[in-house]
Amino acid sequence: MTVENVWKIYGDQTVLENISLEIEPGSFIALVGPSGCGKSTFLRMMLGDEAPSKGRILLDGVELDAEPSPDRGVVFQKYSVFPHLTAVQNVMLGLEFAKSPVLGRLFGKAKREAKAEALEMLKSVGLAHAVNKYPSELSGGMQQRLAIAQALVKKPKILLLDEPFGALDPGIRAEVHEILLRLWREEGMTVFMVTHDLSEAFKLATRVIAFDRVRTRPEELKAYGATVTFDLKVDGKTVPPRPQPAPVLAAAAQ
Amino acid sequence: MRRLINRRPDVAIGFGLMLLPFVAVIIAYMVASDARLSVNPNDKLLPGWSTIAAAIERMAFLPDQRTGTYLLLEDTISSLTRLGIGVAVATVIGGIFGILQGLIPYFRSTFNAFTSVLSMIPPLAVLPILFIVFGLGELAKVVLVAVGIAPFIIRDLALRTEEIPHEEIIKAQTLGASTWQIIVRIVVPQMLPRLIDGVRLSLGAAWLFLIAAEAIASDSGLGYRIFLMRRYLAMDVILPYVAWITFLAFALDLALRLFQRVAFRWMYRGN
Repeated sequence: MTVENVWKIYGDQTVLENISLEIEPGSFIALVGPSGCGKSTFLRMMLGDEAPSKGRILLDGVELDAEPSPDRGVVFQKYSVFPHLTAVQNVMLGLEFAKSPVLGRLFGKAKREAKAEALEMLKSVGLAHAVNKYPSELSGGMQQRLAIAQALVKKPKILLLDEPFGALDPGIRAEVHEILLRLWREEGMTVFMVTHDLSEAFKLATRVIAFDRVRTRPEELKAYGATVTFDLKVDGKTVPPRPQPAPVLAAAAQ
Repeated sequence: MRRLINRRPDVAIGFGLMLLPFVAVIIAYMVASDARLSVNPNDKLLPGWSTIAAAIERMAFLPDQRTGTYLLLEDTISSLTRLGIGVAVATVIGGIFGILQGLIPYFRSTFNAFTSVLSMIPPLAVLPILFIVFGLGELAKVVLVAVGIAPFIIRDLALRTEEIPHEEIIKAQTLGASTWQIIVRIVVPQMLPRLIDGVRLSLGAAWLFLIAAEAIASDSGLGYRIFLMRRYLAMDVILPYVAWITFLAFALDLALRLFQRVAFRWMYRGN
């Protein structure tokens, strides 16, 4: 993924200025910075929810669509899962959209296959015991695991996470970290996570990027936006990580 | 002494308090009725229980001498048919327009101002036009009910649709959903219970329009009967009819609420 001289300007308020990044496939990027520095705006541009005011974002050398698409999965802090569907229905949804353009629903054999795939995904995030529960019956950590499973069933090239664990207890958070790291290695995707927790960023990421405003005098706040102030490779982590042939996937392939 | 806002009645007292205003109204009626009847036994304004019971028997349980039909049953059937068709039409129109208006920016730009203006037209002011255009038959009454409540349902549902978290719509797109798939799998299932809420809230207005239309031009129906009986000061018929209409409205509301609970369990799980 390549980000070329991206600016984001709302009216006369410059939010982000001149962001350029080269992101290697398979890396785990953590984007940190103070509140209001535009990191969520940047994530929304990567998602296609918003377009850059200037500059381009390229994925595999092709400019991104100006709308969200299945090659970029996403998990938000909340509202990432659908309240009217059970856990397994939430995960099946992506498979059903792909195969059933008119009804958005599968029947018979196709439905059983999609369900089996969804159950496998739920098992790998540790929700095998809660497949028939509605999101309102799940704890916050379980809901976020469900949201991850729902996104990963589409096998996205990039997984975008917008402060996904901000609302979780520290213990639960560590648990979800382990699941996320394992899935990242297994799937070989690029993960892009916005967080305001520095220790989380350094624990998970292979590269930590900080956004901040360089000019902070009051009269300059409007005209100048935030930009990349730090870009650190985290030592001791391989970039890109070698996807290991995981036993679960190998078994599923056979 | 605890503050009044912190003092709560227990179940038995709560039940008694609930009954209190009803009982008070009944007692007040009985006292007033007795007082008037003792002065003039033929008073028609506040009839006694026996007169009311006789009227109920005449209207509900004995066939009418002229037509041989049971008037209360016939009136109820024709009123509920008009109300049912009118509300059903308004629900379908409200559901379709409300969801499209809440979800699709081009649709919203086209119709938002228009439905807002439509909803400001007092429906009863349009009633003469409806009678002129559709005649004095069933159609004009059904159209009045539908026209009267559809704008409210559309606007209510459009607002509810806009309240669906933006994150959900984005997430659906990252799962590969088209606009149509988002409508059928994400928006409609979540909006159906809200639509029922909107219909419940507009039922009172629907009854109002129905009775108004029946009062003006009709040959059957609960509203027709009340306004017919008014000419004879027949309070012994009017009072039970009003009670019956109130009961029907209450039962419809309860039925919709129960249906919502059974059909949309996801809304009530876990919270």
